[in-house]
Amino acid sequence: MARNEELFNAIMKGKRKDVAALVQAEITAGANVGSILMESMIPAMREIGSRFTRNEVYVPEMLIAARAMQAGLDIINPLLSKSGHEPLGKVAIGTVKGDLHDIGKNLVAMMVKGAGYEVMDIGVDCDIAKYEEAVNKGAQVIMLSALLTTTMPYMKEVVTHFKAKGSKVKILIGGAPVTQEYADEIGADGYSSDANQAVASVEKVLA
Amino acid sequence: MAKQKIVDAVKSGKVLISDGAWGTFLQKKGLKPGECPELWAVDRPADVKAIAQAYFAAGADMVESDTFGGTSFKLEHFGLKDRVAEINKAAAKLSAEAAAEAGGTKWVIASVGPTGKMLVTEEVTEEELYDAFKTQVVALAKGGADAICIETMSDVEEAALAVKAVKENTSCEAIVTFTFERTVNGDYRTMMGVSPEQAAEAMLEAGADIIGTNCGNGIERMIEIVKVMRKVAPKTPILVHANAGLPKNVNGVDTFPETPEMMAAQVHGLVAAGANIIGGCCGTTPAHIKAMKEAVTA
Repeated sequence: MARNEELFNAIMKGKRKDVAALVQAEITAGANVGSILMESMIPAMREIGSRFTRNEVYVPEMLIAARAMQAGLDIINPLLSKSGHEPLGKVAIGTVKGDLHDIGKNLVAMMVKGAGYEVMDIGVDCDIAKYEEAVNKGAQVIMLSALLTTTMPYMKEVVTHFKAKGSKVKILIGGAPVTQEYADEIGADGYSSDANQAVASVEKVLA
Repeated sequence: MAKQKIVDAVKSGKVLISDGAWGTFLQKKGLKPGECPELWAVDRPADVKAIAQAYFAAGADMVESDTFGGTSFKLEHFGLKDRVAEINKAAAKLSAEAAAEAGGTKWVIASVGPTGKMLVTEEVTEEELYDAFKTQVVALAKGGADAICIETMSDVEEAALAVKAVKENTSCEAIVTFTFERTVNGDYRTMMGVSPEQAAEAMLEAGADIIGTNCGNGIERMIEIVKVMRKVAPKTPILVHANAGLPKNVNGVDTFPETPEMMAAQVHGLVAAGANIIGGCCGTTPAHIKAMKEAVTA
């Protein structure tokens, strides 16, 4: 099956209703749900993501594209699990303790979900226990977000906690004040400067 | 002597100095992660008032208030949704008391931050945002705010609703500042894709008395942003609250790279670019404000 251009464009433009209708039409026509996802939907999210990295589009465009993607996923996800299609991996994401900002975290969650991973969004103001719970539920990667310079230091506590107990979970960090230098300093497994690059970081640590 | 409006003081040609960081200051005083910073205005008023006093002592002409996260949308998380009016009024009052003690000609520019909700995803309506801002700013005015400083904005619609809430429900001056990042093309945009030109134009249209920029990544970049805003808003006072660069982890301690001397060295450039009111954001301290004050009076 080749890429469905109409579906690809509908996701890029954030046309939620069109996406749902086009996905439904593909399914009715007997298309393989895995192929719809891998060949038309995920590529659309990748394209919007790279435009975001190039500063050709901004958060609003990403948000509405991700929302349209979700409308498609809502239809195909139940069918995917029935067809034995496995998610690429299990990821948990949450904003660290003391920080209530969720826009960046939500964007990253949407992009990672849009890339074919199962994402557990554990919310904002997450303490170590919350990340621990997600790891116990099978998260292979935990992603920590912080917007405030005042809450960023908590990332170090989380990393230290999991390293000290010899956990194999990979820890990725991101957010406005966070830098690669900081990630290296605290011993995180990776850093991403934006929601698009976060997908690449997940792929890298799970490779 | 009745207190002048900030815009009138600016018209006289004077460069005014605003305050520095509150969040990092509260942390130094013991604010723990997960604690509600705004609740300190009620629970630890002496510590909060001491911040305002420290900035006035450093030479600030105006101070903000401990109310950045004071909308119902933010306080809700701490189970404090029903105490929006109480907390904001108390916080503004602490800054107002410090202003009165500092001589009575100083201003309180009470802080209002983003709600964290986005109109574009339809998770919130314009009415809901307006009502949240209205409740907060009315309480800030009651507590003694002279102006409302709507800050760290990225969406013009949300910012315009906040300005409207100030202008329609209080007699406070409305200040509104946006946070821009440098794009790969070398120009500046907010997270929502808004340029400094667009922000300035939209805020003039919304009725803001003072516009500007805050946070960001160091004071030097603020000069470029101010130049652009000044072009589209030739007569409107411009305020800059710059952070002391992005924090670096040095031996386990988060430190901000820009020293008071470094920031003070950029003050003349900022004024030349068109800034009228200069202060600090994350990582700045009374020492930064003192150095900047000395730079403008030198």
